[in-house]
Amino acid sequence: MSGLPPYASAGQRTWYYGFRILCALIFFFLIFPIMVIIPLSFNAQDFFTFTREMLAFEPAGYSLKHYEDFFTNPDWQQALTNSFLIAPVATLLATGIGTLAAIGLSQSHVPFRPAIMAILISPMIVPLIISAAGMYFFYSRIGLQGTYWGVVLAHAALGTPFVIITVTATLVGFDRSLVRAAASMGADPVKTFFRVQMPLIIPGVVSGALFAFITSFDEVVVVLFLGSASQKTLPWQMFTGLREQISPTILAVASVMVALSIALLTTLEMLRRRSERLRGLSPA
Amino acid sequence: MTDLTAEAPVLTTRDGKPLKASLARALRREKLRSLMLIAPLLVFIVVTFLAPIADMLFRSIDNRIVAETLPKTVVALAQWDETSGNLPDETVFQALHDDLLIAVEEKTHTRLGSRLNYEASGMSSLFRTTGRRVKRMEDGSYAEQFINADKDWGDVKTWQILKRFSPPYTAGYFLNAVDAQVTPDGIEMKPENQRLYLLLFARTMMLSLIITFSCLLFGYPIAYLLATLPLRYSNLLMILVLLPFWTSLLVRTSAWKVLLQQQGVINDALVWAGLVSNTDRLVLINNQTGTIIAMTHILMPFMILPLYSVMKTISPSYVRAAKSLGATDWTAFWRVYFPQTVPGIGAGAILVFILSIGYYITPELVGGTEGIFISNRIAYHISSSLNWGLAAALGVILLAMVLLLFYVYDRIVGIDNVKLG
Repeated sequence: MSGLPPYASAGQRTWYYGFRILCALIFFFLIFPIMVIIPLSFNAQDFFTFTREMLAFEPAGYSLKHYEDFFTNPDWQQALTNSFLIAPVATLLATGIGTLAAIGLSQSHVPFRPAIMAILISPMIVPLIISAAGMYFFYSRIGLQGTYWGVVLAHAALGTPFVIITVTATLVGFDRSLVRAAASMGADPVKTFFRVQMPLIIPGVVSGALFAFITSFDEVVVVLFLGSASQKTLPWQMFTGLREQISPTILAVASVMVALSIALLTTLEMLRRRSERLRGLSPA
Repeated sequence: MTDLTAEAPVLTTRDGKPLKASLARALRREKLRSLMLIAPLLVFIVVTFLAPIADMLFRSIDNRIVAETLPKTVVALAQWDETSGNLPDETVFQALHDDLLIAVEEKTHTRLGSRLNYEASGMSSLFRTTGRRVKRMEDGSYAEQFINADKDWGDVKTWQILKRFSPPYTAGYFLNAVDAQVTPDGIEMKPENQRLYLLLFARTMMLSLIITFSCLLFGYPIAYLLATLPLRYSNLLMILVLLPFWTSLLVRTSAWKVLLQQQGVINDALVWAGLVSNTDRLVLINNQTGTIIAMTHILMPFMILPLYSVMKTISPSYVRAAKSLGATDWTAFWRVYFPQTVPGIGAGAILVFILSIGYYITPELVGGTEGIFISNRIAYHISSSLNWGLAAALGVILLAMVLLLFYVYDRIVGIDNVKLG
């Protein structure tokens, strides 16, 4: 689709513009639901649609009251705190052991590699409801159900496949002779890891960590079953809010989370570019 | 060097060991080192993830509760011929009395009652009423006293069920999960009006197929546009695909919940445009339409990204060659371009389908009663009806379906080739 040639027939012309309009409509479908909640969240009324005042752009139609509710209501604040208590710990755990395993997996002679890989990726494949059900049964047997550590361990398990995948992908372009060079100059394996290997694979590790973080931060099914009321996270609070009494505060929360995703997306994109530049895959 | 090999057929390292053995040792150490690095995560996943799945598999057939609560009765019942049509003899009633005395003391008889109630209704109340009476029973004819306490004990069917479910393992939950039951004549389907799960499985598959198809329908043009535009435009447009991908699932679901309401933005816009009258606004939510719209939106990036990565590799010269040989635009697309995108369609479609049949949150919030999936029923049995065995059996069936599809996916794309973002 590299522009229309000057000799294009009327039919081709219609098709060309028709196709672009179709694509524009689909893009609109993709992005509109996310973007529309941002102006709606400034509604001065407790409605879920644009009021007459809002459409006329009158200042009276807009207010910050839903944001105020989010930042003062103890329920939402507790949920926000819980999310930030659970996600970083789960991320650290997943990234730490996930990175080690990815380094192990990328060595040249790993026995049973396909089987190990299948096991390590399985938390990503199994539908969440099944993981949640199994964990609920098993964790209540061993006394982890309804505890903080139960939720953290479950979230870490769900996050590790993403760490494995991103770090292994970075290691594919890693030059093994650098490790040998470091060793031949007398560096021990630990020093080699932190001074030579780590700086080169850090983009993969960070994007894996971001995936693990968003998995935990966004996760609701498992925490719904495994958590007790004192582990209520932000998505959980949104879920109950949506199911029971839908309050416009949810729109404010959703807008804040959209801003968060934009920040995450930007970080990841920058990391990807840096990684490609370092590995010489694309010109700077 | 040359005379060394001539004199010594076995190559050795400097310390005199054969080179082959040294190499093997080095290889072994390397293998061990890589396994040591993998071990912590492997143990972690096995304990926190695979053990729970194994537990679920076990629960779906576990039936030890009957033999644990009524140990003597189960032994005594083994002698009884359930096809005879006669009630068991006095020894069985005596054993039941002994067992129930202990069970009532430990308050386990109500749990057994609710377990057996899954197989035949009325069992729960039977055990509850009998439990209240059993302490006051006197020595003598227990059969008479039990039948006095609840006339169901005089019904051969009650005993048949008790005997049928006395082994430690049962296929009962799985049969329930496919709307079947065991009768004295063997396995048969439940009466028409009690069937539920096959319908639910069929609906889950049907809705997932519709969602997969609409993702393909809308995702294909987008992937094509992104793959053919110059890089600086396509990178910009890619953000419009990746932003929904990265936005919280609950944010997107709440957006649809708000938009699709009868007093929501879409209906308001339609009324304003005069397409729909104010009195009969469209019902877009809490039904299958709601589920299909919201899930198509949520899963579309999973279709676009694999399609895009395949289309990116297709050289434009094939289509140009076809056109220069006289093909029309349509023939060039359909006979030359489209067949090359089939691997991408396969990968995207299977991925969307797998994700879709296991979905829980979105159907729960926008699906009402008509648009829910099998996962919603699993959640219901875990948290509301507390029939964990049935929840586990439904889960195992769903898991088997997903794993089968993933096997296919692995053959087409390879799990290692999963790309993120």
